[in-house]
Amino acid sequence: MLRRCVLALLCGLPMLATAQERPIAFTGATLLPISGDPVENGTLLVHRGRIVAVGADVRIPADAERRDMSGRVIMPGLIDTHSHIGQAAGGDNSAPIQPDVRVLDAINVRHAGIAKARAGGITTANVMPGSGHLLSGQTLYLKLRRGNRIEDLAIRLEDGRLAGGIKMANGTNPMRAAPFPGTRAKSAALMRAQLVAAQEYCAKMADPKLPADRKPARDLGKEALCGALDGSRVVHHHTHRHDDILTVLRIASEFNLRVVLQHAIESWLVVDEIAASGVPVSTLLLDSPGGKLETMNTNNATPAILHQTGILTGFHTDDPITDSRLFLRQAAMAVRNGMPRDAALRALTINGARMLELDSRIGTLEPGKDADFIVLSGDPLSVYSHVLESWIEGERVFNRADPDDALRATGGWGAGRDEIETDVLQMESGT
Amino acid sequence: MKRALKSIALGLLLAAGSLSAQDLAVRAGRVYPVSGPAIDDGVVLIRDGKIDKVGPASRVRIPDGMRTLQANVVTPGLVDGRSVVGLSGYLNQPHDQDQVEKSAPIQPHLRAVDAYNPREVLVGWLREHGVTTVHTGHGTGALVSGQTLVAKTWGNAVEAATLKAPAMLAAQLGSGAFGAEGKSPGNRSKQIAMLRAQLIKAAEYRDKLRAAKGEARPARDLELEVLVDVLEGRLPLLVTAWREQDILSALRLADEFGFRLVLDGAAEAYLATDAIRAARVPVLLHPTMARQFGEMDNASFTTASVLHRAGIPFAIQSGYEAYVPKTRVVLWEAAVAAAHGLGFDAALASITLDAARILGVDDRVGSLEPGKDGDLVLFDGDPFEYTSHVTAVVINGQVVSGTVR
Repeated sequence: MLRRCVLALLCGLPMLATAQERPIAFTGATLLPISGDPVENGTLLVHRGRIVAVGADVRIPADAERRDMSGRVIMPGLIDTHSHIGQAAGGDNSAPIQPDVRVLDAINVRHAGIAKARAGGITTANVMPGSGHLLSGQTLYLKLRRGNRIEDLAIRLEDGRLAGGIKMANGTNPMRAAPFPGTRAKSAALMRAQLVAAQEYCAKMADPKLPADRKPARDLGKEALCGALDGSRVVHHHTHRHDDILTVLRIASEFNLRVVLQHAIESWLVVDEIAASGVPVSTLLLDSPGGKLETMNTNNATPAILHQTGILTGFHTDDPITDSRLFLRQAAMAVRNGMPRDAALRALTINGARMLELDSRIGTLEPGKDADFIVLSGDPLSVYSHVLESWIEGERVFNRADPDDALRATGGWGAGRDEIETDVLQMESGT
Repeated sequence: MKRALKSIALGLLLAAGSLSAQDLAVRAGRVYPVSGPAIDDGVVLIRDGKIDKVGPASRVRIPDGMRTLQANVVTPGLVDGRSVVGLSGYLNQPHDQDQVEKSAPIQPHLRAVDAYNPREVLVGWLREHGVTTVHTGHGTGALVSGQTLVAKTWGNAVEAATLKAPAMLAAQLGSGAFGAEGKSPGNRSKQIAMLRAQLIKAAEYRDKLRAAKGEARPARDLELEVLVDVLEGRLPLLVTAWREQDILSALRLADEFGFRLVLDGAAEAYLATDAIRAARVPVLLHPTMARQFGEMDNASFTTASVLHRAGIPFAIQSGYEAYVPKTRVVLWEAAVAAAHGLGFDAALASITLDAARILGVDDRVGSLEPGKDGDLVLFDGDPFEYTSHVTAVVINGQVVSGTVR
């Protein structure tokens, strides 16, 4: 009984820490705010989960906790615009278009992939269902906070909705036996038909003159598509080949969809068309070309070319296609292939935030933004650097000095297991 | 005509300065011979495709008129410890996937030379990233999938490229080599039982061959004769084993039959270092960045450093992926290992000299020493840094890639 009380008291502490009543000053680090030039020997001041001040001459409140970060590099938490961590799942094999299905209902918050992503410095991820459907479901933007429920990790928007998009795909992945499409034209035709049907549904539902008894029966799938049609849900569109990319742009233009091109392996062949559309591209670099026919023209200079053309360019892990702990490597390899360094750092952070329409809250170190940042042992683009700490809203969610966290960071015996709060177990077992 | 002119020009060159097309000098801010300490402001001289001299520029004079390349850093040509390039093509379509044949679980007679495509895109990809020697061939997915070979990543025909064939016989334990539903081997015990039975059969075949006189000689058995080579120690058995239990099973089997074992993959090798060291078995370690799930869910970025500290000979490999990336690049795999406790020198050795030794080709490649093949990689910075580039690749004294990668 006594132990339970002690446990309850101890367990109460993290709650206080979450509210972060006391300011924390991170001093002595090289700050990479992304919104401005690097600051040597700078101070990052955070309070109540938000950034209060960033710079070389920050006045540190007397009651602030000071953390010496000399020799470290601090930058915004990384934003992964396309991930499948948390045992993400979407539509099943029953139909090619399933907008009613939510990835939210599949995510396991204790999944090792989420812990590993924190170890990679990822603080926000767009978790999506797969690309084997024309539309595989609703995606969910997550802060990789520690928590027991998916709601603890989800991002609540000002209107109360949980932030997320819609996952669509074209090309060969969704082309399979009926009822799935067998050709590219059929893929587009199926999608177009669904969007037209949704337009009619959404118009009727929104029509104030239409009496309630003449409204259509509620349709969860069409309801979700209304979000895509009115622009409140961004469409994250898996696509590879140059002609498939242009099909995405065509349909997006027809239905006024807000789209992010995902992967877009051949985007480097149609940069002018993409630039004219204003559509951003989230890229993925792999260590060798190919893997399937529609990725035969892989070009690791793609992020550099897109950036040079003025296209908003981001990165993603597509975890497990690449490991979340190697996300910084995406940016470094883009620099290896010609992308300017500052552009690559933006692509890891603020550009991803813009693609998820969360750039007012995350993506840079600026006063008022969420205190989502990472502490590195050195240059973020060096192979020799490690992520030492990841912080979300003023709370540390990864600490490489902690053996449990270090195991997630490197792998090893048990690193793939689901997460349990070992601190609590140790307290309960009296060790 | 063009060729004739070239020959004439070449002849003139040879007559004039005793310089051949395979003569080359490379001067670099730092030369890593791997067989010895790094040399600042170093020179590597290649004559007739072989390394002639390696030393500081103050002591090694570059002959007048010799073609000379400059670089910030020079290393030996990289040696990929285990790959399937040339058999598993980049398009990943049935027509370019020859790394495993699943009609039978044990097929030791499948030869890598009959499948290796030296013009495959991924062979070129590795070459452009500094890999000059690759151990490739039959892959994972069967209990015994076939033979491997060691080749240079240059040459129009497999015969021209090959350094050693066969190099090893590839086998696999664990769930990756289970048969399809209802087909053997259906579990681990059955795998070992089947291997044991086949090795015993091979031993009996060998004994019959030895005892036979004239017409009593048994009919030639292409499968068993390969296993006889394994039993006689002429051909190492390369056993892919991710789990600790499979690693220990491989060691047990090697102990029972006395064959030369090389461990492949070995994701949980860090749990079995004492046993591996005691058996004097080398490890061709999985790519550092291989996906840590399935049978590799306990893999670690730090295993290379654990093996190094334990004194176990190992090399880092590019491995096999069913999807993407169709090949990994050992340069980058060693880089991540270097940053996870292995350190620069051991990481570089794991993709050069240490790999060459395990593959038995260290008389030809793996270090910058006089008499070895003139295989070099030129870099514009720390070879392991993500943002450095390979600026040129040299095989047998010829610049085979000038693509900046």
